[in-house]
Amino acid sequence: MTAETGLAALWLAAALAALQALLGALALRRAMPQATTAIRAVAVVQGALAALAMAALIAAFLDSDMSVALVATNSHSAKPWLYKFAGAWGNHEGSMLLWVTILGLAGAAVARFEHRLAERTLVATLAAQATIALGFYAFLLFASNPFARLNPAPPDGAGLNPLLQDPGLAFHPPTLYAGYVGLSVAFSFAVGALVTRDVGPAFARAMRPWVLGAWIFLTLGITAGSYWAYYELGWGGWWFWDPVENASLMPWLAATALLHSVTVLATRDGLRAWTVMLAVVAFSMSMIGTFLVRSGILTSVHAFAVDPRRGSFILVLLLLYIGGALALFGARVGTVRQGKLFEPFSREGSLVANNLLLTVILGIVLIGTFYPIVAGAFDVQLSVGPPFFDSTAGPIALLLVAVMAVGPLLRWRRDEAEAVIQRLFPAIAATLAAGVGVFLLAGPIGVLPLAGVALAAGLAVASVAPLARRNLRRAPLQLWGMVIAHLGIAVSLAGMAISTAYTQETLLAVGVGDPARVAGYTVRLEGVRPLVSDNWTAIEGRLSVTDGDGQSFVLRPQVRYFTTPVTTTNESAIATMWNGQLYTVLGALGDDGRWQLRLWWKPFVTLIWLGGALIALGGALSLLGHQWRLWRTKQRAEAFT
Amino acid sequence: MKRLALVALLTAVPVAAQTALPPLAYTQLRDPDQERQARGLMETLRCVVCQGQSIADSDADMAGEMRALVRQRIASGEKPAAVRDWLIARYGDYVSYAPPLRAVTLPLWLAPLALLALGLWIARGSFRRR
Repeated sequence: MTAETGLAALWLAAALAALQALLGALALRRAMPQATTAIRAVAVVQGALAALAMAALIAAFLDSDMSVALVATNSHSAKPWLYKFAGAWGNHEGSMLLWVTILGLAGAAVARFEHRLAERTLVATLAAQATIALGFYAFLLFASNPFARLNPAPPDGAGLNPLLQDPGLAFHPPTLYAGYVGLSVAFSFAVGALVTRDVGPAFARAMRPWVLGAWIFLTLGITAGSYWAYYELGWGGWWFWDPVENASLMPWLAATALLHSVTVLATRDGLRAWTVMLAVVAFSMSMIGTFLVRSGILTSVHAFAVDPRRGSFILVLLLLYIGGALALFGARVGTVRQGKLFEPFSREGSLVANNLLLTVILGIVLIGTFYPIVAGAFDVQLSVGPPFFDSTAGPIALLLVAVMAVGPLLRWRRDEAEAVIQRLFPAIAATLAAGVGVFLLAGPIGVLPLAGVALAAGLAVASVAPLARRNLRRAPLQLWGMVIAHLGIAVSLAGMAISTAYTQETLLAVGVGDPARVAGYTVRLEGVRPLVSDNWTAIEGRLSVTDGDGQSFVLRPQVRYFTTPVTTTNESAIATMWNGQLYTVLGALGDDGRWQLRLWWKPFVTLIWLGGALIALGGALSLLGHQWRLWRTKQRAEAFT
Repeated sequence: MKRLALVALLTAVPVAAQTALPPLAYTQLRDPDQERQARGLMETLRCVVCQGQSIADSDADMAGEMRALVRQRIASGEKPAAVRDWLIARYGDYVSYAPPLRAVTLPLWLAPLALLALGLWIARGSFRRR
């Protein structure tokens, strides 16, 4: 029954999405006040029904109901509870259902909570949101039904990819999807504003919290995904420029640019057409990312087995929505009055530079990611990877960091170079000191890591400078948000640069009792023992680690053998110190009876993810600050009347 | 089905952890400079049977064999660029994560500069003329 309930809810949600689009069109054509009231209610119910479908799928997974085809092919009754739950989206159909559920919930949230947007624009926005949802409901119902039954039901399921059997699966996909799909709201806002020709500061102020919310989730999702890959894949890498990672980075870059341009539109009524364009681009990147991952073009841990027909279906949806939005943009951009013009040397000038550089990085990542696919279509096989992205996007990203240090110290409208240099003096000093200090003390390292360390120090100082000589208690929360987010970039950059430059590696084969050394730590394999769990067996190594001061502790890396499906995974054992991580992996047993051991010392690597968390925290503070000010203004207005 | 389960169970015991790969697949070169060169090179070579991983961070046997090969050639005094060229000659451009500069990759390598120029030209429009 559960599966049928889910399927029925999905059909009903699709029907309501159609109704929602229709009501929107009616309300916009002739001013029908009933339609305007109804559309909000329909959007809320549509979101609730999508959530009900998702809940039904989760219930089927928790029950290990093997008569549901999706459960049979992706789950197993012996799997721990958490992976049955999270396994609901650890496959193609389930992840698409999660995607659509969040789309529906985002629409419901707009219908329920958005009161600042002009009514007609809101109606157009909800109609646009429903149109997107309709396409993806159709995709689920006709090409990826998660509730299809299997008769006869097999005795047990085929199991979940062991690489996904990690607590990360419960957190990373929903967070990332909330970010991806949250950007649909910005897209629908942009379409709505183009339809009603209502692009201005009020529109920007209404859109800002939605963009900010999606961006926070996106930041958290990418950070979590990076840490998950780092400890799960067993080789200590945290970013691979893998197409799937790029697919999550592209919407983030677009959303970051949008976040800043929306501020320019809200405060200075500039960058009108550009902001609308970015809102369209940001969600387009989310959809392209989904397409890229779900089309079967790629093989990766993210790309569940899918047939190419589904790829074509998503491609058509993509062309329809992105093409439609761009066509609307092209048709209406003439009626969007050009925004105010700026002096180049001003806060808004620096924000234009921010947008320019972020968009160029986005373009580089987009071209680098799709180039091999396009070349493949012409029978040219090539790979585009870290060397390309590091050498092209890297320098531009560092330039962006420099702009980020200067920007917040510039005044709106116009500023004087001399005054700015004076305000920047501590940051410039920090940059030089860190650069020269690292070069002298630690010897030559690569140009990019050296520039990274130096600029991270400069940015860290510059990012807190806007708080200087202010009463910290009275500084608005939004200002704190910006300071902490920019500081987070500095922290993350420092972690990337230092760990890239100074990682130490020891790879060797050891017998029991043999010592191995890495960065002042002595690691001894004291023994191995077998382990058995619900759905895997393992060999666990017992490593006794002694640091330079004679303190010792134990690490226990494992090699796990899964039977459904047959896979081996390395579970790294990591010791976190204040100044870095000791990362240990137990490898295979050699013919000579010695075990392979992989040891890394990764100085300050944790700063990468700490920085990511700070960036998201900054976003959250900024969001709170804006909402708080809104609430207080309302309170005051009420007290006054 | 049952036989399959049995095979799975057999392969799941520690015997499967044994490896017949050459030692250099999982151990370093003695000379730290040579190891650094090898490491830098391995990070930019694609494991041709994996799902988008470099040979420096893959558990696949194929990646292990390629690592051993890279280390052997570096140890015998070859320059990393020469090793890369040799691998490209053997496996094609696909093996290198750094696309070599050719007619087909020219647009790729020019794209960043073109984008920057285009961006500057567009951004110019939002500033007041002096």
